[in-house]
Amino acid sequence: MSIPVHSTETQSTSHAGDGAVHPHIVSPAVLLGVYGVLVVLTIATVAVTSVDLDKFHLGKLNILVALSIAVVKAACVVLWFMHLRYDSPFNAVVFITALFFVAVFLGFAMMDTGEYKPNDEPPGTRIMVTSQNGG
Amino acid sequence: MSTVDIHSDGNAGDNGHHHDPHLAHHFETADQQYTSGKLGMWTFLGTEVLMFGGLFCAYAVYRHNHPEVFEYAHQYLDRKLGAINTIILITSSLTMAWGVRAAQMGNRKLLVPLLALTILGGAGFMGIKSIEYTTKWKEHIFIGSGNKFYADKGETDGKAITELEEEAFHLKEPEVAAVPVMKVEPDAIDPNAGTPDAATIKPPNITPAGLASEGVKHPAESHLVYKELNKQDRHRVYTFFAVYFFMTGLHGVHVLVGMALIAWIMVRAMKNEFGPTYFTPVDLVGLYWHLVDLIWIFLFPLLYLIH
Repeated sequence: MSIPVHSTETQSTSHAGDGAVHPHIVSPAVLLGVYGVLVVLTIATVAVTSVDLDKFHLGKLNILVALSIAVVKAACVVLWFMHLRYDSPFNAVVFITALFFVAVFLGFAMMDTGEYKPNDEPPGTRIMVTSQNGG
Repeated sequence: MSTVDIHSDGNAGDNGHHHDPHLAHHFETADQQYTSGKLGMWTFLGTEVLMFGGLFCAYAVYRHNHPEVFEYAHQYLDRKLGAINTIILITSSLTMAWGVRAAQMGNRKLLVPLLALTILGGAGFMGIKSIEYTTKWKEHIFIGSGNKFYADKGETDGKAITELEEEAFHLKEPEVAAVPVMKVEPDAIDPNAGTPDAATIKPPNITPAGLASEGVKHPAESHLVYKELNKQDRHRVYTFFAVYFFMTGLHGVHVLVGMALIAWIMVRAMKNEFGPTYFTPVDLVGLYWHLVDLIWIFLFPLLYLIH
């Protein structure tokens, strides 16, 4: 199943089909470049947090910015450090499927959690109330 | 499928042997074995993402329902230590990725020190994490009954917790802007200075303060304190720490496993087992290590940088 995938996609650069391993070797420039982006984005995400973006009444902008930066950082790690950019696309399909199902899980859980009356009673109160009623 | 001999002969030119010692019999070629191994690793990483996904879901639901609890409780985390740990982990990802490159090129003299540096990064991360955990332990904001907020149950007016806030939020530092805002300030200066706890808690909190000379002013104005929480939310503060310790704890276990795996790879590298034709274990362990980095990239802003 995976044979046609890797033989047509990953080996298209050179030595196609000789059976030996011909990996894509990431150059030092790319590695250092990705590292630089990751460090800059880390500093940026810390810096952004000390600014109150909600001053401008844009809702939950702070967490959106923080998560967007995290997604970009994660993409950098996955695509270059983890070689997914150069890999068989089948690996990407597997990984994206996992992400998709996490998104489904999160999405439905969040849809559900907004559907309840807020529980304003402190924990323990209810148990006391029912025991009083019962007794 | 059935012509194993032909292909293993084809590999003979790579290392001068008639049979590639690393090629398992159920694979036709070294390349097929390599890509299959990677596919298997990515499948495993997918299950890891799903496992952490459950925790991220718990986080999302809880934060959505009780945003004030998260905004309050996260102030006990040291964002400077979190940021330093993020940089450490990213750097160790770089050394790991470079290590894979070195393995692919058969550069053992570069591979071994790079793997050692990666392990060092993991050790540094865990060292800082243990400082953070120890601080939490001493401040009694650990898990279960070791958590002040759990024990308090909102029964008291939170005097003990107000003292805790002074320590954890650096409210006692000389800040002109903060004094008028915090009415509790004058009362609490004396009792804390004499406490034996105060001396032990201080160092980890104060060390990074130099970095935050500009940041100190802002949070001091906007610190959410315990008394501002409504009674229901006071009961729920400990749950943030349950989420924090579970997520960072599971991540920490992954760091330890990753360090052990890299140590194993390093020993094999020292025996000169890897080269341009065979480096799959380095590659796969590297993928695992990067996933650990990946999860931390999300944990850091979600837990430490709540606004």
